[in-house]
Amino acid sequence: MMRALIACLALALALTSAALAAPSPDEAFADAATEHRARGLYTQLRCVVCQSQSIDESGASLAQDMRIVVRERLVAGDTDAEILDYMQARYGDYVLMLPPLQANTLVLWGLPFFILLLGGVLIVVYVRRQARGLASELSPEEEAELAALMDEEGQ
Amino acid sequence: MMGRWLAFIPLVVFAVMALYFGMGLREDPSAIPSQLIDEPLPAFDLAPVAGSEQGLSNADLAGHVSLVNVFGSWCPPCAIEHPMLMQIARSGVVPIYGVDWRDTPEAGAAWLARHGNPYTAVGLDPESHLAIDLGITGAPESFLVDAAGRVRYRHVGMITQADWTETILPLIRELDAS
Amino acid sequence: MIAELGQAALILAFVVALLQAVLGFTGVAVRDPVFHRFARSGAIVQFVLVASAFACLTALFAVSDFSVMVVAQNSHTLKPMIYKLSGVWGNHEGSMLLWALILTGYTAALSLLGQHVAPRLITLTFSVQSLITAAFIAFLIFTSNPFARLFPVPLDGADLNPLLQDPGLASHPPMLYAGYVGFSITFSFAVAALIEGRVDARWARIVRPWALTAWTFLTIGIALGASWAYYELGWGGWWAWDPVENASLMPWLAGTAFIHSLRVMEKRDTLKAWTILLALIAFSLSLAGTFLVRSGVLTSVHAFAVDPERGVFILGILILVIGGSLTLYGLRAGQLKPTGVFAEVSRESTLLVNNLFLAAACALVFFGTFYPLFITTVSDETISIGAPFYHATFIPMMAVLFLLVPVSVMLAWKRGKLGPIAKKLTPAFIAAIAAGLIALWVAEREAIAGAIGTALAVWVGLGVLLDLKSRVKLFEIDFAASWARAKRLPAGVWAMTVAHFGLAVLIFAVTGVSAWKDETSAFLMPGQSLELDGYSIELVDVVRSDRENFVSQAGTLAVSRNGRELGQMIAERRFYPVREMTTTESAIRTRLDGDLYATIGEGIEGRGWPVHAYLYPLAIWLWIGSALLALGGLLAIGDRGRRALSARIPAARKPAPSYEGGMG
Repeated sequence: MMRALIACLALALALTSAALAAPSPDEAFADAATEHRARGLYTQLRCVVCQSQSIDESGASLAQDMRIVVRERLVAGDTDAEILDYMQARYGDYVLMLPPLQANTLVLWGLPFFILLLGGVLIVVYVRRQARGLASELSPEEEAELAALMDEEGQ
Repeated sequence: MMGRWLAFIPLVVFAVMALYFGMGLREDPSAIPSQLIDEPLPAFDLAPVAGSEQGLSNADLAGHVSLVNVFGSWCPPCAIEHPMLMQIARSGVVPIYGVDWRDTPEAGAAWLARHGNPYTAVGLDPESHLAIDLGITGAPESFLVDAAGRVRYRHVGMITQADWTETILPLIRELDAS
Repeated sequence: MIAELGQAALILAFVVALLQAVLGFTGVAVRDPVFHRFARSGAIVQFVLVASAFACLTALFAVSDFSVMVVAQNSHTLKPMIYKLSGVWGNHEGSMLLWALILTGYTAALSLLGQHVAPRLITLTFSVQSLITAAFIAFLIFTSNPFARLFPVPLDGADLNPLLQDPGLASHPPMLYAGYVGFSITFSFAVAALIEGRVDARWARIVRPWALTAWTFLTIGIALGASWAYYELGWGGWWAWDPVENASLMPWLAGTAFIHSLRVMEKRDTLKAWTILLALIAFSLSLAGTFLVRSGVLTSVHAFAVDPERGVFILGILILVIGGSLTLYGLRAGQLKPTGVFAEVSRESTLLVNNLFLAAACALVFFGTFYPLFITTVSDETISIGAPFYHATFIPMMAVLFLLVPVSVMLAWKRGKLGPIAKKLTPAFIAAIAAGLIALWVAEREAIAGAIGTALAVWVGLGVLLDLKSRVKLFEIDFAASWARAKRLPAGVWAMTVAHFGLAVLIFAVTGVSAWKDETSAFLMPGQSLELDGYSIELVDVVRSDRENFVSQAGTLAVSRNGRELGQMIAERRFYPVREMTTTESAIRTRLDGDLYATIGEGIEGRGWPVHAYLYPLAIWLWIGSALLALGGLLAIGDRGRRALSARIPAARKPAPSYEGGMG
């Protein structure tokens, strides 16, 4: 942690150009569609120095260089997936903001939806079971009176 | 009845979490493992610093164990690490090759002139192309490369005396022997 | 001297808290009422002691006493007074003291306001609460002493991070903590109920105002944090799915499920075991969040200084508090039997579904936050989880939940009919589809996401308004009668309508800000301008000046549209010499239909200054929607609940014994 902090500081001190937490105007492609692709890719890649930001947001110079590499790859004709693979090959899964679906992320991707499914089944079973105890507890006159009262209260 | 044990599920889940948290306390969350271990060093051909004829390329490292050090004139920890590198260079145990990251040729040459030059050869990487290929996250970082050109060890941060005697030197001996 | 006084107060508070816990549990065991009285006064004493300690720390910051370590590390003589004061909680030790202050504050409030709660229940609650307090104060004293001295005494402090010198800082953490910590009371009530071995609608009625208070504060705290990020960070980002942000979202999701579940329990005396579990989980998540921020297990822009020793201590507290309560839950949950039953089509079952989705979403955020940690402990690999993951999972999940809102709000308790509801909601359905289609047609970017968001917002918003309309029989009877009905509506109905309408506003705002945003940038010399979506922004001039503790570079920007001048705004860059940090102060032009957001960067000789302009449609509705949510929470606290209703039903109708209990 300390090392990352020092490295981050070192890079921060080195900043001489625009230290905005966003790509500099110089970096933009003239073609809007390509620029859109580039910005989209930036948000998919994590800044490895200031690790809680994507390279789209980070002002670190390494982030800037990573953006340059992304743009070079775009110009070279790589697809989005190929560019992400390029970075993954160098930095590992860590650099991807969207964790890849693989053996060690199955639980991550699957569990919440599994909970939804399992919970849904459990709820159906539970509600059905206890609804059986719903014999009519009130006489028809009482039900009508209750309905009138509830109506009055805006329920 | 199964229902009785159902109520203990939250506790079991928590126990598992607590175990992971406890183990997690010993981890460094910002450490990114290198993708290069046991892989060949990426190909590169770097320009020289001002006043030098020779830069740095893969060919320079072929056939022997090498220590590749990524540094920059703007990097304070690199200056702190530098005497250690000078010491290693003087000992002659392993040749050190420098990658001058994000520097102009003049800045690199000036820094080496001021602090001394422990490097057998130095090359410039002004736009981080090699740095990104190496998976660098900051400076200084060093790589131990074997005679076949494969990366065997990556060191993040400054190389201290302890790092050298306990980790890097033994590894070099091992690689030299094989 | 002041520091030593503060330290003494803390140690005394620890002793009193421990004493109260022990005596309270003993008293309940031996059934001696003397202990009940001590419990109430003990709560006040705890608060007074911790408040004194907090006052001491504040005084130390105010006078810039740099012989105290936290003051030296986090303050500076040049800092404006308000930021000296708010700096008290801008660091780990001080914020922990704030935690303890709010914790004992809630305990004292319970002592003053919970006059009519059954003695056994409240004494147990105080005891549990005091145990938690004692644990936290021990943490303070042994690992995070705010009053630790520093020698030699530095001449001046290290200054506070300039990003934190902002009005948002003064308000965001205290609000957030008031939320987190508020769930400690509901937690203690839940544990007390488990110890007693029974829980009923009366318990739910007592607990509900506390749950709502905590939830409301948490809502406000999260909204303040998001708005602070939006205004401060320079690019209009307001939620980054950062681990610490998630740490506040998780208790909020659990808390939202909890307040809905409490309502079911209070009205229908069912879902007891589940509601108690939610009470335990909400606070457990608050505690886990604390662990996150202070232990260094995860990197985050928010995280305080890393210290594994503290991490171990907090883990110990977690095991004691969460492990203990969940063990008790395992043992006693089976005894909590419901008495109410409900049909498959009823409000209860929709609220169960609501709870399911919120719980799954909470689990999602939990996994998204902690999964990288799990992976690194068992293997050499690392992964990271960022915003794209949550966009792919959390948002669709929530979207499905939102579909349910108008239906749930209209359904009757116990046994409902879908047919009449479908008829009542048809206008909302048609309007939603229409709005979605319009959005699809008109939008220039992200048309599909924008259309879905718009349709959802209209569905929820119009849906709850239609519910209100049907309750007062608007347009069905004459206006005066409708008005009379409206005045007689319980506060809870207003709360529900306002809060869910606020949700609809939020959905729309999030759609606008995320799907329809736009940006552009260019290097500008004075006199040049750039274009963004019909707006023209011209750089007028850039002025350098020296201020209190920073150097300012301010660019004046003139905004115009279609040739018409709309005004000027100033974008600033500040350099703080002591911390050698640069911050951007954005220029923001706020209108109801959106924000125009501009920043200026470091100028380059010959090229000019880089100006970044963003358009964030509907941005202000993020804050208005959040305010409506909070207002709903406040209104709900004011609902007297069953007691008020039962008072109006003739005596012959009253079921079972009626209790006097409740917060009043």
